Amino acid sequence: MRFGVKKLCILSVSVALSMILSFVESQIPPLAAVPGVKIGLANVVTVFLLYSFGWREAGAVSLVRIFLSALLFGSFVSMLYSLSGAALSFVFMLIAKRIKCFSQIGVSVLGGVMHNVGQIICAVIILDTVTVTAYLPILLISGVIGGIVVGILGGIVGQRLEKLV
Amino acid sequence: MKKNDFVLVILILVIAFASLFVILFNRTPGALVHVSVGGREMGVYSLNEDAEYVLNGGTNILVIENGFAYMKSADCPDGTCVKTGRISYTGQRIVCLPNKVLVEIRGFGEEILGG
Repeated sequence: MRFGVKKLCILSVSVALSMILSFVESQIPPLAAVPGVKIGLANVVTVFLLYSFGWREAGAVSLVRIFLSALLFGSFVSMLYSLSGAALSFVFMLIAKRIKCFSQIGVSVLGGVMHNVGQIICAVIILDTVTVTAYLPILLISGVIGGIVVGILGGIVGQRLEKLV
Repeated sequence: MKKNDFVLVILILVIAFASLFVILFNRTPGALVHVSVGGREMGVYSLNEDAEYVLNGGTNILVIENGFAYMKSADCPDGTCVKTGRISYTGQRIVCLPNKVLVEIRGFGEEILGG
């Protein structure tokens, strides 16, 4: 069996954990008048899995988390935004990790920024207007800050759980 | 943290601030308030006529007053649209993502150009 029970448990707990982080973060009042400004705590799990396991594990857990979170707490539209952000963010994080010139924090920053870019693209399509791109400066900055925080936390989690993995 | 991380962060921040300045520098006072729901234009109102508009069957309420437009109330969970405050420049917008309501300010020119 390629996929052991231990791994199944770790990934399942990861899904639950990222859902909780996502939910807790949604309870914090908006940090700015711009939609989408957040730290992205749920991605601590994604970054941890990406480095401690691999892109398949990180990607699978992210997808499951997005679907379940949307099912429980969100809507179809919110899921579209999440998927757009996650898709773009994931592709860039994977490339960044592969070319090996960034540390975990750099990869996470790129992930955070591209997540917001993906959501803006989604908003442009859904709202049928290009003017929402005016939010880009603020979202780029919050993406960088969030990415650094998530990267550091993901690293700490990875260190602490080294023996487990 | 590697040196490349630093370069990446600086690069992104430079892009962010540069685009911010470009946007702020090119502000022009607006003329028309365009309201759209789910991408479909629902109405165009003058920024100079004080009025209160009920949007999207009541989920959002828009007020135009003294040359400013703002979302007076909304039933969305986050209330970002209401917190946006007053807008008056061309290109500024109030967005209510959950209700897919978009309030944009544009100039007169587009009506003539068909944009």
